[in-house]
Amino acid sequence: MSDPNPSLQVPLGAGNQLDESSIEQRETIGLSQGQIVRKRFFHHKGAVVSIFVLAFVIVLAFSSVGIHVWGLNTPGWWPWHWNATPPLVNRGIPTLNLIPGPGFGIGPHPFGQDEIGKDIFALVMRGTQQSIMIMLLVGLVGTGIGVLIGALAGFYRGIGDAILMRFTDVIITIPFIVVGAVIGRSIGAAGLGAAVLGLALGLFAWTGLARLVRGEFLSLREREFIDAARVSGASDARIIFKHILPNAVGVIIVSATLLMAGAILAETALSFLGYGVRNPDTSLGLIVAQNVAAFATRPWLFWWPGIFIIVIALTVNFIGDGLRDAFDPRQKKMPSAKTLSKADARRVRAASTV
Amino acid sequence: MASFVFRRLIAAVIVLLAATFLMYMLVALSGDPLKELRESSAPNKIELMASLSQRLDLDVPPFFRYFLWLGGVGQCFVGACDFGVNVQGLPVVILLQQAMGSTLQLVTGAQIIAIIVGLIVGITTALRQYSGYDYTITFASFLFFSLPIFWVAVLLKQYIAIGFNNWLSDPIIGVPIMIGISIVSGLLWMSLLGGASRRRWITLGVATASTLALLAYFELTDWFTTPSVGIVGVVITALAAALGVTAVSVGLKDKNAVRGALVTAAVGIALYYPMTYFVFRSMSLPLFFALSLGAVVVGGAIGYFLGGRDRWQSARTSAIVAVIIGVVIVIDGHLLYWNDYVNSSRVNGRPVATIGSTTPNLGGNFWIQGIDTFTHLLLPTIAIILISFASLTRYTRASMLEVMNQDFIRTARSKGLTQRTVVVRHALRNALIPIATVIALEIGALIGGAVITESVFGWSGMGRLFQNGIDHVDPNPVMAFFVVTGLLAVIFNLLADLLYASLDPRIRVS
Repeated sequence: MSDPNPSLQVPLGAGNQLDESSIEQRETIGLSQGQIVRKRFFHHKGAVVSIFVLAFVIVLAFSSVGIHVWGLNTPGWWPWHWNATPPLVNRGIPTLNLIPGPGFGIGPHPFGQDEIGKDIFALVMRGTQQSIMIMLLVGLVGTGIGVLIGALAGFYRGIGDAILMRFTDVIITIPFIVVGAVIGRSIGAAGLGAAVLGLALGLFAWTGLARLVRGEFLSLREREFIDAARVSGASDARIIFKHILPNAVGVIIVSATLLMAGAILAETALSFLGYGVRNPDTSLGLIVAQNVAAFATRPWLFWWPGIFIIVIALTVNFIGDGLRDAFDPRQKKMPSAKTLSKADARRVRAASTV
Repeated sequence: MASFVFRRLIAAVIVLLAATFLMYMLVALSGDPLKELRESSAPNKIELMASLSQRLDLDVPPFFRYFLWLGGVGQCFVGACDFGVNVQGLPVVILLQQAMGSTLQLVTGAQIIAIIVGLIVGITTALRQYSGYDYTITFASFLFFSLPIFWVAVLLKQYIAIGFNNWLSDPIIGVPIMIGISIVSGLLWMSLLGGASRRRWITLGVATASTLALLAYFELTDWFTTPSVGIVGVVITALAAALGVTAVSVGLKDKNAVRGALVTAAVGIALYYPMTYFVFRSMSLPLFFALSLGAVVVGGAIGYFLGGRDRWQSARTSAIVAVIIGVVIVIDGHLLYWNDYVNSSRVNGRPVATIGSTTPNLGGNFWIQGIDTFTHLLLPTIAIILISFASLTRYTRASMLEVMNQDFIRTARSKGLTQRTVVVRHALRNALIPIATVIALEIGALIGGAVITESVFGWSGMGRLFQNGIDHVDPNPVMAFFVVTGLLAVIFNLLADLLYASLDPRIRVS
C-alpha cells in the first residue's frame, strides 16, 4: 500500500479522532487493509457460501467432461461425451435419486437424457464450461479496457478525457444485448468459437467500469499522498499503477464481479436467441432454447441448465455483494435492536452470576 | 441553464451520429445479405439478386451507404421520414410505427406496476431494516436479479397459463391450500406492519382470519367461474381506500380530509349502479378517458371544498381515492363480461394466453377487448416486473436508508412529529430524488430491453423488427430500432440530469 498511513484511510468518513470512532478503531487497529477486507468478507455468510458453491460448480464442470479449447483436449472422468448418443435408459428420465432406499445414487444418467439419448449431465457440464469461460473473458476484457480508459481519462483530464468520455457515451448508447446480437451473428456466421465470442463481447462491456474508475481517479489524484509522490519524482506510470490503482481496487473488483454476473445472463440470453454459442458446441442458454418445446414431456431438459444459470449468476452476485461490504465500510451492518437487547441481557446475567 | 441544455443536446447529437455509424457498420458487415439468394435454385436468381442490390443500394460500400441512410433519416426534420426499405421491400417507417405501438403496449403497464411495487417494497424494507421481511426481500431481489428472463417466461407459460387454465375449468381451492395461503398472508402482513409482540400477534390473527374468510367466500360462491366485485366489494374497497389513503397522505387526525375522502367514497358508491347499468353499456375509449378525467376532477373538487385549511392536500387525497374507486368499478365492468369472454369460441375456456398480443377475430365490445388485452399482457408483464422490480427495490431501499440516517430526520423526530409525517413528508420526498433519475434512465432503456421478452411471448414489436433485421443482414430495420432506442436513451439521460438539478437545490447544472 503506497498510502503513507493506511489506518487513516480505512474508516472512511469516520474521522481519525480515537474517541469518536472507537468501535471502528478497535475493530481495525493493527490490521492491514487486506486483512480488514478479508475479515469483513468472511463475515458475509452469503458470499462465503457462494464462493464454495461456485468453486464446486467450476471444478465439477471442468473435471467431468474434460477441457476442450483451442486444440487442448483433456479427458474428464464422466463416461459420456456431450454429443454422444448412448441408448435411452428408462425413457431418459433422470436417474439421480437422493432418497435413501432402492435406486439410491446418481445412476448412469443423473440429469436424464434427451429424445435421441444425449446425456444431459455431460451437456449441461459442457454448457456450464462455455458459459463460465465467456463470463470470465467478458469480465477480464471489460475490466481491462474499462480500467485503462477510466484511468487515462481521470488521470490526464483535459481534452483526452472529453474524447474518451464521449466515446464511452457512444458505446453506452448501444444496449449490450443489441450489440451482442449483432456481433454474435457475425461470429456465428464466420464459424468462430465461444472464446472469440467472449473476447468480442468484452469489447463492449467496459463502459460502466470506465466511468466509475474515472471518478475514482479524479478524486484520488487530488489527494496529498499523490502530491507527495509527485514531488519525490515519481513518473506518471508509477503514480497510476503504484499509488492510485491500489486505492481504487475496491471499486474495480466489485464492479468487475457485478459485470460478470450481468455477462452470464447476457450470454445465455444471446445463445437462447440464437446469436451466441452455436451447434455443435453448446452453452446453457442454447440447451434451454433447444428444449423449450419439450418442456411438457421432458422437463429435466429445461430445469437443469436453468438451475445452473441461476446458481452461477446468484453466487457471483452474492460474492459481489460481499466484496462491496468488505471494501466499503460505510455500508456496514448495524446490530439490530434484538441483538443489542440480547447482548444486554447476557451482560446482566453475567453480572448477576459473578 | 439554457446553455447547459444546448451544449448537452449538441453533445448528444454527436454521440448519436457516432453510435449510429458504428451500429450501421457492424450490421452491414455482419454477413452477406445475398447469401439466401446465392444458395437458392430459382431460375431468375441473377435478376432477383440484382433487384435486391438495387433496392438496398448494395453496390455502394457500407461506409457511403451509411450516409445515404442518414440522408433519408435526416428528412424527418422536414416531416418526410425515410428509413429505407427492408429486404422484402416494405418501407421501414410503417413497420416501425406498428412495432412501436405493440411494444409500448407491452412495456408501459409493466413498467408502471414495477415502479409502484418497487417503490412500496423498497420503502417498507428500509423502514423494517434487518427484519425477517427485509432479509426475505433482499434474498428475493438477488434471486430475481439472477433469473434469465427467457427461462422464467417458459415457467410462467407452463404453470401460470397452462396450469391456471386447467384449474379454471374446475376451480376448487381445497381446505389445506386455503389455510396455507391465509397463514402466508398473515405472516406477510405481520412482518410488514411490525410493532411490539402483542401488536404482531393481533396483526397475524386478523390478517389470517380475513384472508381465510375471503377465500372461503370465493370457494362457497363459486367466485372463479362467475367473478364479480359487486356492490359489497365496491363499498368495502371504497371505504378502505378512503381511510387508507388519508392515513398515509395526511393522517386521520385531519378531520376535513377524512370527511372529503369519505364523501368521495360515498359518491363513488352511489355511482356504481348508474354506471354499471346505463353508462357502461355504450363504453368506448374516448368516453373511458373522459370518465377517468371526470373522476379525478370530481374527487379533487370534493376534497377542495370540504378541505378546511389545507385545501389542496385534501383535494389530492380525494382525487386519489376517486381514482382507486374508479379502477374498482372498471374492473367490475370487465368482470361482467368475463364469462362471455371465457366461453367464446375463440378462447374456449382457456383465458390466459401465451403467445401474441390479441386473439385474432375475437370481436366484441370495449370490455371484451379489454379482457383480451389483459389476458395477453398478463404473462409478459409478470416477467418484466420480476426483472425490473429487483433493481428498483434495492435502489429505493438504499436511498431511503441513507435519508433516514440523516440529522434532519432526527431533528424531525425530536420535534415530536409522528412517524407518518417523518417518513412521508421528510424522508420520502428526499429519498425520491435519486430514484426519480433512476426511473428516468429505466424508462429510456425500456424499449431496447424488451427484445427477449417479446421473442419468448411472440409479440411482433420492436424486438421482432430488430431480430428479423439481424437475421437477414438487413441494416434498415435494425437501424430504425436503434434510432428509437438510442434517441430515447439520450433524451432520458438528459432528462434525468435536469430532473436531478431541479429536484435537488444543492445541485447546480453548469
